[in-house]
Amino acid sequence: MRLVIIAGPPSAGKTAVVRQTVRALQDRHRTAYLKIDVVRAFEDEELAAEFGIPARKICSGDLCPDHAGVMVMRDAITWAEEESADLLLIESAGLCLRCSPYTTQGLGIAVLSAVSGTNTPLKMAAMLALADMAVVTRIDLVSQAEKEVFRERIREVNPDLEIVETNALQGTGMRYLLRAIEDCPDITDPDAIVLRGAPPLGVCTICIGKTDIGWQHHFGVIRKLEGADHLYRGD
Amino acid sequence: MNPTSIREITILPGRSRGGEPERFRAITIRPGDTISIVGPTGSGKSALINDIEVFARNDTATGRTILVNGDYPPEEFVRDPAHKPVALITQNTQCLADLSVEEFLAMHIRSRKIEDEGIIGQTIDLANEFTGEAIRPGTRMTALSGGQTRSLLVADAVMIAAAPILLLDEVENAGIFKERVIEVLRAGGKAVIFVTHDPLVSLLSARRIVMRDGAVEQIIEPNGREDAALREARRLDGILHRMREEIRAGNLITGSAGA
Repeated sequence: MRLVIIAGPPSAGKTAVVRQTVRALQDRHRTAYLKIDVVRAFEDEELAAEFGIPARKICSGDLCPDHAGVMVMRDAITWAEEESADLLLIESAGLCLRCSPYTTQGLGIAVLSAVSGTNTPLKMAAMLALADMAVVTRIDLVSQAEKEVFRERIREVNPDLEIVETNALQGTGMRYLLRAIEDCPDITDPDAIVLRGAPPLGVCTICIGKTDIGWQHHFGVIRKLEGADHLYRGD
Repeated sequence: MNPTSIREITILPGRSRGGEPERFRAITIRPGDTISIVGPTGSGKSALINDIEVFARNDTATGRTILVNGDYPPEEFVRDPAHKPVALITQNTQCLADLSVEEFLAMHIRSRKIEDEGIIGQTIDLANEFTGEAIRPGTRMTALSGGQTRSLLVADAVMIAAAPILLLDEVENAGIFKERVIEVLRAGGKAVIFVTHDPLVSLLSARRIVMRDGAVEQIIEPNGREDAALREARRLDGILHRMREEIRAGNLITGSAGA
């Protein structure tokens, strides 16, 4: 089974890219889809209804969604295999542009919109640096010169990144993305999969290295001595 | 194959919106050609130039295929903008790049690996031949008017992108000097394809593709039979141009604007 992780800012067109991918590959591959979101998500139901594929979601609630994604990814691989899928697409929530949820033994795709501003690739540097491919959506809305300037910005961050420009609603330009997905090798050992880089997943001041003691010095997950019964509950 | 070695581009038929096969065998475009694409709104004009722009390979909604010199184009034509022989100027008249005109052009030049910095000034000068409102190097791209943006992007396509084939989507809508644009593009030996509702732009083109229901319905080659209509369109365009300038200047038009 192949693993493809799709990340990118909100409203960049990640789900449109997923939809085109599932549509184009449905005769040749059985795709399973996992959406990671924060509060609500509908993509899994829509894709299951439209293509009859196994699809599910998790909502991370108060937790960082990329953290939640890392937690459940190993289970998701088992689930997709049980569903006899030969392609697992995992779509991130697309919240913070610094996180880079890509792993080894899979294809990492960053989706960004051509109309999102010239500096967006720089802001997404961490995500672009560790991705295999950048998919630039809404390409129909910009002129040739703008496309090239946007490309140049992406290349500033990662000169080796493969860039695909698409109008994901129409599905134009998708052929190179589909080829990369089909050329991606299968997972060889799911238990050996690791993140490509350490994402800034720190959820509190201690996680990020602040060493002072006492809740007064911290923010994030804080507890006073009184009522600190459940500092952390894994289950 | 490099972009300058393009002898021809061929459009192979696809399907109409209703699924009917298009009725032409092939449309061939060569350097120096001027073609207008006409038809009602929603008839598939923009979809046709988009097919050309992405070098469709029966993988767009229309099912058309685009060949270069009789063959599928090499991958770098499609993917590497520096090798791409086609530049599309969209209907959008707003540029979203948060940069000054000068920075924008400089970045484009860098992406094309062009060394000559003088080309920035030349591009702005050419753009200013297309528009009545002067574009300055320090102006923000986002602050340009529709006409200025179009003018600059056309000038960029000629000077920096140097694409042998230009696709212009409703160039007339932006208030630019369209005859001057066509003149410059022709003189440069470009193949130019206009999506247009403008009679003058249509009549200035050597060929006319008529669209209906997502499909090419007719291909007209007037071969001089429309010369009288072209003269008339030029005269009317001149009248409207003068009236527009008068109105812009805040004048009352009381006399005849004819002649």
